[in-house]
Amino acid sequence: MNTTVSQASAIGHAAAAAAMPWRRVLGAYREEARAEILRYLRMPNFMLPLLLMPCLFYLLFGIVLAHANGPDAPRYLLASYATFGVMAPGLFGFGVSLAMERGDGLLMLKRAMPMPPLAYLLGKMAMALLMAAVVSLLLLAMAGCLAHAGLHPSQMVRLLVTGTLGVLPFGALGMLIGSLAKGQGGPGTVNLVYLPMAFLSGLWFPLSILPGVLQRLAPVWPSYHLDQLALQAVGLGHAGSAWGHVAALAGFTAACLLVAARRLRRYG
Amino acid sequence: MPDPSAAVARLAGAVKRYGPQRALDGLDLALQRGEILALLGPNGAGKSTSIGLLLGLIRADAGRVELFGRDPQQLAARRHIGVMLQSAALPATLRVGELLRLAASYYPHPRPLAESAELAGIADLLGRRYGNLSGGQQRRVQFALALCGRPRLLFLDEPTVGMDIEARQKLWAAIRRLRTEEGCAIVLTTHYLEEAEALADRVCVLARGRLVGEGSVDALRAQVARTRIRCLSDLDATAVAAWSQVSVAERDGDRLRIVTTAAEQVVRRLLDADPALRELEVQRAGLAEAFTELTREVA
Repeated sequence: MNTTVSQASAIGHAAAAAAMPWRRVLGAYREEARAEILRYLRMPNFMLPLLLMPCLFYLLFGIVLAHANGPDAPRYLLASYATFGVMAPGLFGFGVSLAMERGDGLLMLKRAMPMPPLAYLLGKMAMALLMAAVVSLLLLAMAGCLAHAGLHPSQMVRLLVTGTLGVLPFGALGMLIGSLAKGQGGPGTVNLVYLPMAFLSGLWFPLSILPGVLQRLAPVWPSYHLDQLALQAVGLGHAGSAWGHVAALAGFTAACLLVAARRLRRYG
Repeated sequence: MPDPSAAVARLAGAVKRYGPQRALDGLDLALQRGEILALLGPNGAGKSTSIGLLLGLIRADAGRVELFGRDPQQLAARRHIGVMLQSAALPATLRVGELLRLAASYYPHPRPLAESAELAGIADLLGRRYGNLSGGQQRRVQFALALCGRPRLLFLDEPTVGMDIEARQKLWAAIRRLRTEEGCAIVLTTHYLEEAEALADRVCVLARGRLVGEGSVDALRAQVARTRIRCLSDLDATAVAAWSQVSVAERDGDRLRIVTTAAEQVVRRLLDADPALRELEVQRAGLAEAFTELTREVA
Protein backbone atom coordinates (compact mmCIF):
# COMPACT_ATOMS: atom_id res chain seq x y z
CA MET A 1 0.00 0.00 0.00
CA ASN A 2 2.78 2.42 0.97
CA THR A 3 4.72 1.69 -2.17
CA THR A 4 1.63 2.33 -4.23
CA VAL A 5 1.14 5.71 -2.67
CA SER A 6 4.78 6.69 -3.06
CA GLN A 7 4.81 5.54 -6.67
CA ALA A 8 1.71 7.51 -7.41
CA SER A 9 3.09 10.60 -5.74
CA ALA A 10 6.40 10.18 -7.57
CA ILE A 11 4.49 10.31 -10.83
CA GLY A 12 2.50 13.30 -9.64
CA HIS A 13 5.80 14.94 -8.80
CA ALA A 14 7.10 14.27 -12.26
CA ALA A 15 4.01 15.81 -13.80
CA ALA A 16 4.65 18.98 -11.82
CA ALA A 17 8.27 19.01 -12.94
CA ALA A 18 7.10 18.86 -16.55
CA ALA A 19 5.74 22.37 -16.25
CA MET A 20 8.21 24.19 -18.42
CA PRO A 21 9.46 27.66 -17.51
CA TRP A 22 8.26 30.13 -20.14
CA ARG A 23 11.81 31.04 -21.04
CA ARG A 24 12.44 27.47 -22.15
CA VAL A 25 9.15 27.35 -24.04
CA LEU A 26 10.18 30.52 -25.83
CA GLY A 27 13.50 28.81 -26.54
CA ALA A 28 11.66 26.01 -28.34
CA TYR A 29 9.98 28.59 -30.58
CA ARG A 30 13.31 30.24 -31.28
CA GLU A 31 15.08 26.95 -32.06
CA GLU A 32 12.28 25.81 -34.35
CA ALA A 33 12.49 29.04 -36.37
CA ARG A 34 16.26 28.89 -36.44
CA ALA A 35 16.26 25.28 -37.68
CA GLU A 36 13.65 26.03 -40.33
CA ILE A 37 15.58 29.04 -41.67
CA LEU A 38 18.96 27.27 -41.63
CA ARG A 39 17.50 24.26 -43.33
CA TYR A 40 16.15 26.21 -46.29
CA LEU A 41 19.08 28.62 -46.58
CA ARG A 42 21.14 25.51 -47.29
CA MET A 43 18.85 24.47 -50.15
CA PRO A 44 19.80 26.82 -53.01
CA ASN A 45 17.74 24.80 -55.49
CA PHE A 46 14.68 25.69 -53.42
CA MET A 47 15.64 29.27 -52.55
CA LEU A 48 17.14 30.69 -55.73
CA PRO A 49 14.18 30.20 -58.09
CA LEU A 50 11.86 31.83 -55.56
CA LEU A 51 14.17 34.84 -55.23
CA LEU A 52 15.31 35.19 -58.83
CA MET A 53 12.08 34.65 -60.77
CA PRO A 54 10.38 37.92 -59.82
CA CYS A 55 13.70 39.79 -60.20
CA LEU A 56 14.24 38.45 -63.71
CA PHE A 57 10.69 39.30 -64.74
CA TYR A 58 11.07 42.79 -63.32
CA LEU A 59 14.40 43.26 -65.06
CA LEU A 60 12.88 42.24 -68.38
CA PHE A 61 9.46 43.90 -68.32
CA GLY A 62 9.94 46.63 -65.75
CA ILE A 63 13.37 47.89 -66.79
CA VAL A 64 14.58 46.69 -70.19
CA LEU A 65 11.21 46.89 -71.95
CA ALA A 66 9.72 49.62 -69.70
CA HIS A 67 9.97 52.46 -72.19
CA ALA A 68 7.31 50.83 -74.36
CA ASN A 69 4.87 51.01 -71.44
CA GLY A 70 4.85 54.64 -70.38
CA PRO A 71 6.40 56.53 -67.43
CA ASP A 72 4.53 54.73 -64.62
CA ALA A 73 5.51 51.25 -65.79
CA PRO A 74 8.54 50.74 -63.51
CA ARG A 75 6.44 51.56 -60.44
CA TYR A 76 3.37 49.69 -61.61
CA LEU A 77 5.38 46.55 -62.38
CA LEU A 78 7.33 46.88 -59.13
CA ALA A 79 4.04 46.47 -57.27
CA SER A 80 2.92 43.55 -59.46
CA TYR A 81 6.18 41.63 -59.26
CA ALA A 82 6.54 42.30 -55.55
CA THR A 83 3.11 40.70 -55.11
CA PHE A 84 4.06 37.84 -57.42
CA GLY A 85 7.37 37.47 -55.59
CA VAL A 86 5.99 37.27 -52.06
CA MET A 87 3.25 34.81 -52.99
CA ALA A 88 5.89 32.15 -53.64
CA PRO A 89 7.59 31.89 -50.24
CA GLY A 90 4.17 31.68 -48.60
CA LEU A 91 2.73 29.10 -50.95
CA PHE A 92 5.88 27.00 -51.38
CA GLY A 93 7.37 27.52 -47.93
CA PHE A 94 4.18 26.30 -46.26
CA GLY A 95 2.45 24.25 -48.94
CA VAL A 96 5.30 22.19 -50.32
CA SER A 97 7.15 21.71 -47.06
CA LEU A 98 4.03 20.77 -45.11
CA ALA A 99 2.96 18.27 -47.79
CA MET A 100 6.47 16.78 -47.76
CA GLU A 101 6.68 16.59 -43.99
CA ARG A 102 3.27 14.96 -43.77
CA GLY A 103 4.44 12.45 -46.37
CA ASP A 104 7.82 11.54 -44.94
CA GLY A 105 6.87 11.19 -41.28
CA LEU A 106 8.65 14.27 -39.92
CA LEU A 107 5.42 15.94 -38.88
CA MET A 108 4.30 12.77 -37.14
CA LEU A 109 7.55 12.61 -35.18
CA LYS A 110 7.24 16.26 -34.20
CA ARG A 111 3.64 15.74 -33.12
CA ALA A 112 4.73 12.81 -30.96
CA MET A 113 7.58 14.79 -29.43
CA PRO A 114 6.66 17.58 -27.03
CA MET A 115 7.10 20.27 -29.66
CA PRO A 116 4.67 23.17 -29.11
CA PRO A 117 2.44 22.90 -32.23
CA LEU A 118 2.49 26.66 -32.76
CA ALA A 119 6.29 26.64 -32.85
CA TYR A 120 6.12 24.56 -36.00
CA LEU A 121 3.88 27.08 -37.74
CA LEU A 122 5.68 30.14 -36.44
CA GLY A 123 8.99 28.64 -37.56
CA LYS A 124 7.72 28.33 -41.10
CA MET A 125 6.20 31.79 -40.83
CA ALA A 126 9.53 33.30 -39.79
CA MET A 127 11.16 31.74 -42.83
CA ALA A 128 8.42 33.00 -45.16
CA LEU A 129 8.57 36.53 -43.71
CA LEU A 130 12.33 36.60 -44.14
CA MET A 131 12.10 35.43 -47.76
CA ALA A 132 9.35 37.92 -48.55
CA ALA A 133 11.41 40.75 -47.07
CA VAL A 134 14.43 39.73 -49.16
CA VAL A 135 12.36 39.54 -52.39
CA SER A 136 10.85 42.97 -51.66
CA LEU A 137 14.27 44.46 -50.92
CA LEU A 138 15.80 43.03 -54.10
CA LEU A 139 12.99 44.45 -56.22
CA LEU A 140 13.17 47.81 -54.43
CA ALA A 141 16.93 47.94 -55.03
CA MET A 142 16.39 47.24 -58.71
CA ALA A 143 13.65 49.86 -58.90
CA GLY A 144 15.87 52.45 -57.25
CA CYS A 145 19.19 51.75 -58.93
CA LEU A 146 18.24 50.41 -62.36
CA ALA A 147 14.73 51.61 -63.14
CA HIS A 148 15.08 55.02 -61.48
CA ALA A 149 11.44 54.69 -60.51
CA GLY A 150 11.60 57.84 -58.44
CA LEU A 151 10.17 56.39 -55.24
CA HIS A 152 9.99 58.43 -52.09
CA PRO A 153 11.69 56.67 -49.12
CA SER A 154 8.32 56.49 -47.32
CA GLN A 155 6.90 54.68 -50.36
CA MET A 156 9.81 52.25 -50.29
CA VAL A 157 9.25 51.51 -46.61
CA ARG A 158 5.52 51.06 -47.19
CA LEU A 159 6.13 48.63 -50.04
CA LEU A 160 8.64 46.69 -47.95
CA VAL A 161 6.15 46.36 -45.10
CA THR A 162 3.30 45.47 -47.47
CA GLY A 163 5.40 42.86 -49.23
CA THR A 164 6.77 41.31 -46.05
CA LEU A 165 3.45 41.04 -44.22
CA GLY A 166 1.73 40.22 -47.51
CA VAL A 167 3.28 36.75 -47.40
CA LEU A 168 0.98 35.76 -44.52
CA PRO A 169 -2.28 35.09 -46.44
CA PHE A 170 -0.32 32.96 -48.90
CA GLY A 171 1.34 31.10 -46.06
CA ALA A 172 -2.14 30.31 -44.76
CA LEU A 173 -3.27 29.21 -48.22
CA GLY A 174 -0.09 27.14 -48.54
CA MET A 175 -0.88 25.51 -45.21
CA LEU A 176 -4.35 24.65 -46.45
CA ILE A 177 -2.89 23.12 -49.63
CA GLY A 178 -0.27 21.27 -47.59
CA SER A 179 -2.99 19.83 -45.36
CA LEU A 180 -4.78 18.47 -48.45
CA ALA A 181 -1.90 17.34 -50.66
CA LYS A 182 0.66 14.85 -49.38
CA GLY A 183 4.29 14.13 -50.24
CA GLN A 184 5.30 14.55 -53.86
CA GLY A 185 1.88 15.93 -54.77
CA GLY A 186 2.76 19.25 -53.06
CA PRO A 187 4.76 21.18 -55.70
CA GLY A 188 2.34 20.42 -58.55
CA THR A 189 -0.71 21.45 -56.55
CA VAL A 190 0.95 24.67 -55.40
CA ASN A 191 1.88 25.66 -58.98
CA LEU A 192 -1.67 24.90 -60.06
CA VAL A 193 -2.84 27.55 -57.60
CA TYR A 194 0.06 30.00 -57.85
CA LEU A 195 0.30 30.71 -61.57
CA PRO A 196 -3.41 30.94 -62.49
CA MET A 197 -4.08 33.09 -59.43
CA ALA A 198 -1.29 35.50 -60.38
CA PHE A 199 -2.72 35.75 -63.88
CA LEU A 200 -6.32 36.23 -62.75
CA SER A 201 -5.35 38.97 -60.29
CA GLY A 202 -3.79 41.07 -63.04
CA LEU A 203 -0.17 40.49 -62.07
CA TRP A 204 0.80 39.41 -65.61
CA PHE A 205 -1.44 41.69 -67.64
CA PRO A 206 -3.41 44.69 -66.39
CA LEU A 207 -6.90 43.65 -65.36
CA SER A 208 -8.34 46.16 -67.81
CA ILE A 209 -7.38 44.02 -70.79
CA LEU A 210 -8.85 40.82 -69.31
CA PRO A 211 -12.46 39.77 -70.12
CA GLY A 212 -15.13 41.47 -68.00
CA VAL A 213 -16.03 38.30 -66.11
CA LEU A 214 -12.46 37.83 -64.94
CA GLN A 215 -12.25 41.49 -63.95
CA ARG A 216 -15.33 41.16 -61.75
CA LEU A 217 -13.98 37.91 -60.31
CA ALA A 218 -10.60 39.42 -59.38
CA PRO A 219 -11.53 40.52 -55.82
CA VAL A 220 -11.99 36.83 -54.96
CA TRP A 221 -8.23 36.29 -55.12
CA PRO A 222 -6.03 37.37 -52.21
CA SER A 223 -3.29 38.33 -54.68
CA TYR A 224 -5.60 40.99 -56.14
CA HIS A 225 -5.94 42.67 -52.75
CA LEU A 226 -2.22 42.48 -52.03
CA ASP A 227 -1.49 43.96 -55.47
CA GLN A 228 -3.86 46.84 -54.77
CA LEU A 229 -2.08 47.49 -51.46
CA ALA A 230 1.30 47.35 -53.20
CA LEU A 231 0.08 49.77 -55.87
CA GLN A 232 -1.16 52.15 -53.18
CA ALA A 233 2.21 51.88 -51.50
CA VAL A 234 4.00 53.15 -54.62
CA GLY A 235 1.37 55.86 -55.19
CA LEU A 236 -0.63 54.24 -57.99
CA GLY A 237 -3.56 52.61 -56.27
CA HIS A 238 -7.14 53.72 -56.49
CA ALA A 239 -9.48 50.71 -56.24
CA GLY A 240 -10.98 50.79 -52.73
CA SER A 241 -9.55 51.83 -49.37
CA ALA A 242 -6.43 50.19 -48.00
CA TRP A 243 -8.30 48.92 -44.95
CA GLY A 244 -10.85 47.14 -47.11
CA HIS A 245 -8.05 45.18 -48.78
CA VAL A 246 -6.37 44.51 -45.45
CA ALA A 247 -9.66 43.21 -44.05
CA ALA A 248 -10.18 40.97 -47.09
CA LEU A 249 -6.69 39.51 -46.67
CA ALA A 250 -7.12 39.04 -42.92
CA GLY A 251 -10.44 37.25 -43.44
CA PHE A 252 -8.94 35.02 -46.11
CA THR A 253 -5.98 34.18 -43.84
CA ALA A 254 -8.23 33.32 -40.91
CA ALA A 255 -10.50 31.11 -43.05
CA CYS A 256 -7.57 29.16 -44.51
CA LEU A 257 -5.93 28.69 -41.10
CA LEU A 258 -9.15 27.50 -39.55
CA VAL A 259 -9.83 24.84 -42.19
CA ALA A 260 -6.20 23.74 -42.31
CA ALA A 261 -5.90 23.47 -38.53
CA ARG A 262 -9.05 21.36 -38.40
CA ARG A 263 -7.78 19.03 -41.08
CA LEU A 264 -4.36 18.69 -39.47
CA ARG A 265 -5.85 17.96 -36.06
CA ARG A 266 -8.12 15.33 -37.50
CA TYR A 267 -5.91 13.64 -40.06
CA GLY A 268 -2.36 14.65 -39.12
CA MET B 1 1.72 -6.61 -7.55
CA PRO B 2 2.29 -2.97 -8.45
CA ASP B 3 -0.84 -0.88 -8.49
CA PRO B 4 -2.04 -0.25 -12.04
CA SER B 5 -2.58 3.40 -11.20
CA ALA B 6 1.18 3.75 -10.89
CA ALA B 7 1.65 2.80 -14.51
CA VAL B 8 3.61 5.27 -16.62
CA ALA B 9 1.45 4.47 -19.63
CA ARG B 10 -1.82 2.63 -19.89
CA LEU B 11 -4.39 1.47 -22.40
CA ALA B 12 -7.68 0.30 -20.88
CA GLY B 13 -10.21 -1.30 -23.16
CA ALA B 14 -8.85 0.71 -26.06
CA VAL B 15 -10.80 0.37 -29.29
CA LYS B 16 -9.79 1.89 -32.60
CA ARG B 17 -11.67 1.31 -35.83
CA TYR B 18 -10.63 2.14 -39.36
CA GLY B 19 -13.85 1.84 -41.31
CA PRO B 20 -15.38 -1.54 -40.56
CA GLN B 21 -12.04 -2.96 -39.43
CA ARG B 22 -11.08 -3.02 -35.77
CA ALA B 23 -7.39 -2.18 -35.52
CA LEU B 24 -7.63 -2.45 -31.74
CA ASP B 25 -10.34 -4.49 -30.16
CA GLY B 26 -10.43 -3.61 -26.47
CA LEU B 27 -6.76 -3.72 -25.61
CA ASP B 28 -5.53 -3.51 -22.00
CA LEU B 29 -1.90 -2.69 -21.51
CA ALA B 30 -0.03 -1.13 -18.61
CA LEU B 31 3.61 -0.20 -18.47
CA GLN B 32 5.47 0.11 -15.16
CA ARG B 33 8.38 2.36 -14.32
CA GLY B 34 11.73 1.02 -15.53
CA GLU B 35 10.21 -1.81 -17.48
CA ILE B 36 11.22 -2.84 -20.98
CA LEU B 37 8.16 -4.08 -22.83
CA ALA B 38 8.34 -5.59 -26.29
CA LEU B 39 5.25 -5.44 -28.47
CA LEU B 40 5.25 -8.25 -30.97
CA GLY B 41 2.78 -9.28 -33.59
CA PRO B 42 2.36 -9.77 -37.31
CA ASN B 43 1.71 -6.79 -39.58
CA GLY B 44 -1.71 -5.33 -38.90
CA ALA B 45 -1.85 -6.77 -35.38
CA GLY B 46 -2.31 -3.34 -33.82
CA LYS B 47 1.23 -2.46 -32.69
CA SER B 48 1.41 0.85 -34.55
CA THR B 49 -2.13 1.74 -33.50
CA SER B 50 -1.28 1.09 -29.84
CA ILE B 51 1.79 3.30 -30.06
CA GLY B 52 -0.13 5.96 -32.01
CA LEU B 53 -2.70 6.09 -29.19
CA LEU B 54 -0.08 6.31 -26.45
CA LEU B 55 1.70 9.12 -28.31
CA GLY B 56 -1.53 11.04 -28.80
CA LEU B 57 -1.24 10.85 -32.60
CA ILE B 58 -4.67 9.26 -32.90
CA ARG B 59 -7.70 9.15 -30.63
CA ALA B 60 -9.33 5.99 -29.34
CA ASP B 61 -12.94 5.32 -30.35
CA ALA B 62 -13.55 3.80 -26.93
CA GLY B 63 -11.59 3.01 -23.78
CA ARG B 64 -8.97 5.02 -21.95
CA VAL B 65 -5.47 6.06 -22.91
CA GLU B 66 -3.13 7.51 -20.31
CA LEU B 67 0.41 8.75 -20.33
CA PHE B 68 1.67 9.56 -16.82
CA GLY B 69 -1.96 9.73 -15.77
CA ARG B 70 -2.82 12.33 -18.39
CA ASP B 71 -4.20 12.54 -21.89
CA PRO B 72 -1.24 11.93 -24.25
CA GLN B 73 -2.40 14.82 -26.40
CA GLN B 74 -1.38 17.17 -23.57
CA LEU B 75 2.08 18.56 -24.12
CA ALA B 76 2.88 18.20 -20.41
CA ALA B 77 2.39 14.41 -20.61
CA ARG B 78 4.65 14.08 -23.63
CA ARG B 79 7.46 16.10 -22.01
CA HIS B 80 8.41 12.84 -20.24
CA ILE B 81 8.74 10.76 -23.35
CA GLY B 82 11.26 10.19 -26.08
CA VAL B 83 10.28 8.85 -29.47
CA MET B 84 12.01 7.00 -32.26
CA LEU B 85 9.60 6.24 -35.08
CA GLN B 86 10.12 3.70 -37.79
CA SER B 87 10.05 6.19 -40.65
CA ALA B 88 10.82 9.82 -40.11
CA ALA B 89 12.90 11.76 -42.62
CA LEU B 90 14.73 14.41 -40.63
CA PRO B 91 15.80 17.57 -42.48
CA ALA B 92 18.75 16.48 -44.64
CA THR B 93 20.49 19.85 -44.69
CA LEU B 94 20.72 20.26 -40.91
CA ARG B 95 23.79 19.09 -39.03
CA VAL B 96 23.46 16.41 -36.37
CA GLY B 97 24.34 18.88 -33.61
CA GLU B 98 21.65 21.28 -34.82
CA LEU B 99 19.02 18.53 -34.85
CA LEU B 100 19.95 17.56 -31.29
CA ARG B 101 19.83 21.17 -30.13
CA LEU B 102 16.36 21.58 -31.65
CA ALA B 103 14.99 18.37 -30.10
CA ALA B 104 16.45 19.25 -26.69
CA SER B 105 14.69 22.64 -26.79
CA TYR B 106 11.30 20.89 -26.52
CA TYR B 107 12.10 19.48 -23.04
CA PRO B 108 12.20 21.13 -19.61
CA HIS B 109 15.42 19.47 -18.40
CA PRO B 110 17.33 18.08 -21.36
CA ARG B 111 20.66 16.31 -21.20
CA PRO B 112 23.75 18.25 -22.23
CA LEU B 113 24.21 17.76 -25.97
CA ALA B 114 27.53 15.94 -25.58
CA GLU B 115 25.99 13.43 -23.17
CA SER B 116 23.17 12.57 -25.58
CA ALA B 117 25.67 12.16 -28.39
CA GLU B 118 27.90 9.95 -26.29
CA LEU B 119 25.01 7.73 -25.13
CA ALA B 120 23.86 7.17 -28.71
CA GLY B 121 27.40 6.77 -30.04
CA ILE B 122 27.27 9.72 -32.42
CA ALA B 123 29.84 12.03 -30.80
CA ASP B 124 31.90 11.90 -34.01
CA LEU B 125 28.93 12.84 -36.22
CA LEU B 126 27.82 16.13 -34.63
CA GLY B 127 29.23 18.34 -37.40
CA ARG B 128 27.95 16.18 -40.27
CA ARG B 129 24.82 16.90 -42.28
CA TYR B 130 22.07 14.40 -41.62
CA GLY B 131 21.49 13.73 -45.33
CA ASN B 132 25.10 12.59 -45.78
CA LEU B 133 24.90 9.86 -43.12
CA SER B 134 24.43 6.15 -43.73
CA GLY B 135 21.14 4.50 -42.81
CA GLY B 136 22.59 3.03 -39.62
CA GLN B 137 24.11 6.37 -38.59
CA GLN B 138 20.78 8.11 -39.20
CA ARG B 139 19.11 5.56 -36.93
CA ARG B 140 21.62 6.35 -34.17
CA VAL B 141 20.93 10.07 -34.57
CA GLN B 142 17.21 9.39 -34.22
CA PHE B 143 17.97 7.43 -31.07
CA ALA B 144 19.94 10.40 -29.71
CA LEU B 145 16.95 12.69 -30.38
CA ALA B 146 14.73 10.22 -28.52
CA LEU B 147 16.86 10.20 -25.37
CA CYS B 148 17.98 13.86 -25.31
CA GLY B 149 15.11 15.03 -23.07
CA ARG B 150 15.86 12.61 -20.18
CA PRO B 151 12.65 10.71 -20.91
CA ARG B 152 11.02 8.52 -18.30
CA LEU B 153 9.44 6.53 -21.08
CA LEU B 154 10.99 5.80 -24.43
CA PHE B 155 9.12 4.58 -27.51
CA LEU B 156 11.34 2.70 -29.91
CA ASP B 157 9.67 1.54 -33.10
CA GLU B 158 11.89 -0.98 -34.90
CA PRO B 159 15.00 0.78 -33.56
CA THR B 160 17.72 -1.37 -35.12
CA VAL B 161 16.46 -1.78 -38.68
CA GLY B 162 19.35 -1.06 -41.05
CA MET B 163 22.04 -1.39 -38.36
CA ASP B 164 24.95 -3.80 -38.51
CA ILE B 165 25.48 -6.27 -35.68
CA GLU B 166 27.98 -4.13 -33.80
CA ALA B 167 25.81 -1.02 -33.93
CA ARG B 168 22.84 -3.07 -32.79
CA GLN B 169 24.76 -4.43 -29.78
CA LYS B 170 25.80 -0.90 -28.84
CA LEU B 171 22.24 0.35 -29.05
CA TRP B 172 21.05 -2.53 -26.88
CA ALA B 173 23.72 -1.63 -24.32
CA ALA B 174 22.55 1.99 -24.33
CA ILE B 175 18.93 0.92 -23.86
CA ARG B 176 19.87 -1.26 -20.86
CA ARG B 177 21.90 1.62 -19.41
CA LEU B 178 18.94 4.01 -19.64
CA ARG B 179 16.80 1.50 -17.83
CA THR B 180 19.19 0.59 -15.03
CA GLU B 181 20.72 4.03 -14.42
CA GLU B 182 17.67 6.24 -14.94
CA GLY B 183 14.74 3.91 -14.43
CA CYS B 184 13.52 4.73 -17.92
CA ALA B 185 10.65 2.55 -19.14
CA ILE B 186 10.82 1.42 -22.74
CA VAL B 187 8.22 0.28 -25.23
CA LEU B 188 9.85 -1.57 -28.07
CA THR B 189 8.36 -2.90 -31.27
CA THR B 190 10.57 -5.12 -33.33
CA HIS B 191 10.58 -7.72 -36.04
CA TYR B 192 13.79 -9.21 -34.66
CA LEU B 193 12.73 -11.70 -32.06
CA GLU B 194 16.27 -11.95 -30.75
CA GLU B 195 16.00 -8.25 -29.96
CA ALA B 196 12.99 -8.88 -27.78
CA GLU B 197 14.74 -11.88 -26.19
CA ALA B 198 17.84 -9.79 -25.48
CA LEU B 199 16.10 -6.76 -24.00
CA ALA B 200 12.54 -7.27 -22.88
CA ASP B 201 11.40 -7.89 -19.30
CA ARG B 202 7.96 -8.58 -20.66
CA VAL B 203 6.60 -9.43 -24.06
CA CYS B 204 3.09 -8.70 -25.28
CA VAL B 205 2.00 -10.55 -28.37
CA LEU B 206 -0.78 -8.86 -30.35
CA ALA B 207 -2.90 -10.37 -33.08
CA ARG B 208 -5.92 -8.78 -34.70
CA GLY B 209 -6.03 -5.96 -32.20
CA ARG B 210 -6.05 -8.22 -29.15
CA LEU B 211 -3.52 -9.36 -26.61
CA VAL B 212 -2.95 -13.06 -27.26
CA GLY B 213 0.08 -13.69 -25.07
CA GLU B 214 1.85 -11.84 -22.29
CA GLY B 215 4.72 -12.52 -19.94
CA SER B 216 8.49 -12.76 -19.71
CA VAL B 217 10.29 -14.31 -22.64
CA ASP B 218 10.69 -17.53 -20.62
CA ALA B 219 7.08 -17.57 -19.49
CA LEU B 220 5.90 -17.05 -23.02
CA ARG B 221 8.09 -19.87 -24.25
CA ALA B 222 6.74 -22.08 -21.49
CA GLN B 223 3.21 -21.12 -22.42
CA VAL B 224 3.93 -22.72 -25.74
CA ALA B 225 5.99 -25.48 -24.18
CA ARG B 226 6.89 -27.29 -27.31
CA THR B 227 10.03 -29.24 -28.05
CA ARG B 228 11.23 -30.54 -31.37
CA ILE B 229 12.74 -34.01 -31.57
CA ARG B 230 14.53 -35.30 -34.63
CA CYS B 231 16.14 -38.71 -35.08
CA LEU B 232 17.01 -41.48 -37.55
CA SER B 233 14.55 -44.28 -36.90
CA ASP B 234 12.39 -46.83 -38.71
CA LEU B 235 9.39 -46.28 -36.41
CA ASP B 236 6.05 -45.65 -38.09
CA ALA B 237 5.23 -41.93 -37.93
CA THR B 238 1.47 -42.45 -37.73
CA ALA B 239 1.91 -44.81 -34.78
CA VAL B 240 4.13 -42.30 -32.97
CA ALA B 241 1.64 -39.53 -33.70
CA ALA B 242 -0.93 -41.45 -31.69
CA TRP B 243 1.25 -41.48 -28.53
CA SER B 244 0.05 -39.32 -25.71
CA GLN B 245 1.52 -35.80 -25.60
CA VAL B 246 2.82 -35.97 -29.16
CA SER B 247 1.24 -33.17 -31.16
CA VAL B 248 2.97 -33.84 -34.48
CA ALA B 249 4.97 -36.76 -35.84
CA GLU B 250 6.00 -36.94 -39.47
CA ARG B 251 8.63 -38.52 -41.67
CA ASP B 252 11.20 -36.48 -43.50
CA GLY B 253 13.22 -38.94 -45.56
CA ASP B 254 15.07 -41.20 -43.08
CA ARG B 255 14.34 -38.84 -40.27
CA LEU B 256 11.43 -38.81 -37.90
CA ARG B 257 10.30 -35.37 -36.73
CA ILE B 258 8.24 -35.01 -33.59
CA VAL B 259 6.76 -32.00 -31.79
CA THR B 260 5.80 -32.60 -28.18
CA THR B 261 4.98 -30.94 -24.90
CA ALA B 262 6.72 -33.67 -22.85
CA ALA B 263 10.11 -34.27 -24.39
CA GLU B 264 11.52 -36.47 -21.61
CA GLN B 265 8.71 -39.04 -21.70
CA VAL B 266 8.62 -39.19 -25.47
CA VAL B 267 12.39 -39.62 -25.77
CA ARG B 268 12.31 -42.50 -23.21
CA ARG B 269 9.54 -44.21 -25.12
CA LEU B 270 11.30 -43.67 -28.46
CA LEU B 271 14.50 -45.27 -27.18
CA ASP B 272 12.54 -48.23 -25.80
CA ALA B 273 10.62 -48.71 -29.03
CA ASP B 274 13.64 -48.50 -31.33
CA PRO B 275 17.00 -49.57 -29.86
CA ALA B 276 18.62 -48.81 -33.24
CA LEU B 277 17.57 -45.15 -33.08
CA ARG B 278 20.45 -42.77 -33.93
CA GLU B 279 21.31 -39.07 -34.17
CA LEU B 280 18.81 -37.94 -31.60
CA GLU B 281 18.31 -34.15 -31.44
CA VAL B 282 16.12 -32.41 -28.90
CA GLN B 283 15.51 -28.68 -29.25
CA ARG B 284 13.37 -26.37 -27.23
CA ALA B 285 11.11 -24.03 -29.16
CA GLY B 286 12.43 -20.44 -29.29
CA LEU B 287 10.45 -17.25 -28.98
CA ALA B 288 9.91 -17.38 -32.73
CA GLU B 289 8.02 -20.68 -32.44
CA ALA B 290 6.06 -19.47 -29.45
CA PHE B 291 5.19 -16.32 -31.31
CA THR B 292 4.06 -18.15 -34.44
CA GLU B 293 2.04 -20.58 -32.35
CA LEU B 294 0.29 -17.80 -30.42
CA THR B 295 -0.63 -15.72 -33.42
CA ARG B 296 -1.72 -18.74 -35.45
CA GLU B 297 -4.29 -19.76 -32.88
CA VAL B 298 -6.05 -16.43 -33.35
CA ALA B 299 -5.85 -16.31 -37.12
